[in-house]
Amino acid sequence: MMEWITQHLLEKYNFWIAMLIIIIGLGATIVKENLLKKLIGLSIFQTAFFLWVVSLGDVGRNIITTWGLKTQTPPILWKEAAEKGYIYANPLPHVLMLTGIVVSAATTAVALAIVIRIYQKYGTIEEGEIIQKELEFEREGVT
Amino acid sequence: MTLIQNPVEQLPVIIVGLSMFLAYTMLLTGYFNRRLPFYISLAWNSICFILSLFILNYVLTVGPIRYWQGGWRPPWGIEYVVDAMNAYLLVIVSFIVILGLIYSKRNVEFEIEAGKHVVFYVLVQLMIAGLYGITVTGDLFNMFIWLEIASLTAYALIAVAGGRALRPAYNYVIMGSIGACLYIFGVCWLYSVTGTLNFADMRLLLPLVYDNKAVQMGFAMIVVGVMIKAYIFPLHLWQPDVYTYAPSTISSLMASVHVKVMFYILIRMFYSVFTLGFINHFIGLDMLICWVAAIAILAGSIWAIKQRNLKRMLAYSSVSQMAYIALGVGLSPLSPWGLVGATAHILNHAIGKGCLFMCAGAMNQQEGVKDIRNFEGLGKKMPYVSAAFTIAAFSMIGIPFTAGFASKLFLIFASLEANQYAFVVILLLSGLLNLVYFWRVIDQMYFVKHKATNNTGEATNNTGEVKEKGKSLPLSMGAPIVILAALCIIMGIVWLTMIPLPLINQILSNLRMGVII
Repeated sequence: MMEWITQHLLEKYNFWIAMLIIIIGLGATIVKENLLKKLIGLSIFQTAFFLWVVSLGDVGRNIITTWGLKTQTPPILWKEAAEKGYIYANPLPHVLMLTGIVVSAATTAVALAIVIRIYQKYGTIEEGEIIQKELEFEREGVT
Repeated sequence: MTLIQNPVEQLPVIIVGLSMFLAYTMLLTGYFNRRLPFYISLAWNSICFILSLFILNYVLTVGPIRYWQGGWRPPWGIEYVVDAMNAYLLVIVSFIVILGLIYSKRNVEFEIEAGKHVVFYVLVQLMIAGLYGITVTGDLFNMFIWLEIASLTAYALIAVAGGRALRPAYNYVIMGSIGACLYIFGVCWLYSVTGTLNFADMRLLLPLVYDNKAVQMGFAMIVVGVMIKAYIFPLHLWQPDVYTYAPSTISSLMASVHVKVMFYILIRMFYSVFTLGFINHFIGLDMLICWVAAIAILAGSIWAIKQRNLKRMLAYSSVSQMAYIALGVGLSPLSPWGLVGATAHILNHAIGKGCLFMCAGAMNQQEGVKDIRNFEGLGKKMPYVSAAFTIAAFSMIGIPFTAGFASKLFLIFASLEANQYAFVVILLLSGLLNLVYFWRVIDQMYFVKHKATNNTGEATNNTGEVKEKGKSLPLSMGAPIVILAALCIIMGIVWLTMIPLPLINQILSNLRMGVII
């Protein structure tokens, strides 16, 4: 039992935390009526996902111990590390997620711009009220 | 890598790079002259069409093009791969985009306020660059970037119409972002197992770990993510509103090329990154896809029958037509005809649905009719557009000697060869359902005599502005419609003569082998 807990929960704590935040974000995106809260949920979802991917860069588990911590050097090559044969973190996930952050920022910007336009048109950002108003428009024949 | 290459091998990267570069140049030139961006975009995409024909010729005669960005070898650097499938798609995309741009000239003046024209064309060019990028890339992460470029610009292009388009655009942002995020999620699962992002490299490394849960999870996430973007049936909910209220040019471009390129990602994942063996034996997805597609074909058609707004009807029709392609892909492990049908339908649906959406936009602009019930007498008022609409609708239904007939025929061959007779019935039934909803429109246009309606006859755009109607439909809008309708018939005959068979064979063999090292 203890072994199972260590193997599946403690050693993979980064997975569990990231997945928990991802579910919180996705839940907010689906459940919330307010368009801005939906957007915040989406941002949480994306950011938690970045967190998980960055933690994938940790390749040198149980190999190097500095100050008693399981760790590894940053992906920079310097003399001492090369001599002692340190393993460095995989830089690729970080690089991918830098691009991912740019994409998520662009998504947020586009979505915010649309929310502003929605507010200007409907005077509200609650989804239910917007649909109500659309039905009213349809009844009155306004396009 | 040899130092001296055939110049054709440089073309994919030139197409993509210059498309991106010109998009920003257009923004600058638009500052000085508002009309210039349109002409730059049109000229460049015409050149792209010619270049992609060269690429297609090269791919068919010599073999796949592989371009290493910056000279870095594939597993480390980003690689652009163009095989027959990509080249085929490039030709379709660039051709439809030319016609779409010609059409957009006068349509945009009607549907979008004057101050936004420059930005509109810049965004269109960026979207096209994204589509070209998805088509030529051979790297999973690079594909995500192009996917997001194509999607983000699409969000903005839908919202640019204003009015009722805003809420659907917001829905699309949320759904599309979740889809893209799931895609990259899956890619990162695969990366965490294989340590590579290159298609060819991944295809070599994956078979060893097919029963790994992370790989199967990654595959599932990629499929669901891309399915949201390509609105395969249960994930289509964002689509009808978007297509209804987006500017007609964008509806037609999205329905004809945007979604095809999204679906291409799925095909590439199935055949080039994973193999049919994986889909067949490890997860058993093929029959699931077939049945989902079969339900989608019927459900999309039935919803389309219910609609009164022409564009919304066409949107639901798209849901059912995209499922044909999914059905072809699902049948392909059992019969090669499945993929033939899918690749043929990619072209046929692009032509037909592009034409139909353009007709819908032209009818609204000219006569101010959006509701099918107000269509009476349209056959006399707009003879050419109505005729084109009828031909394209026949192609969608699958009347013999139109383009849609050929792809349906191939799909029926596939289901017969696979001994799945249920799909034959579903394909024939869906033809009948298509006939029901398209005949409603054709009947209203040609055969219904004058009836008292509440149609004001005013041409209004999305924001409710009443615009002045032109005397007759501008040639720049009529010509693309007529060309696409003519292509529906020409392609219908060309498919039956089996002239494109070498191309299809090349596509099939390239996909079966995957991306070759």
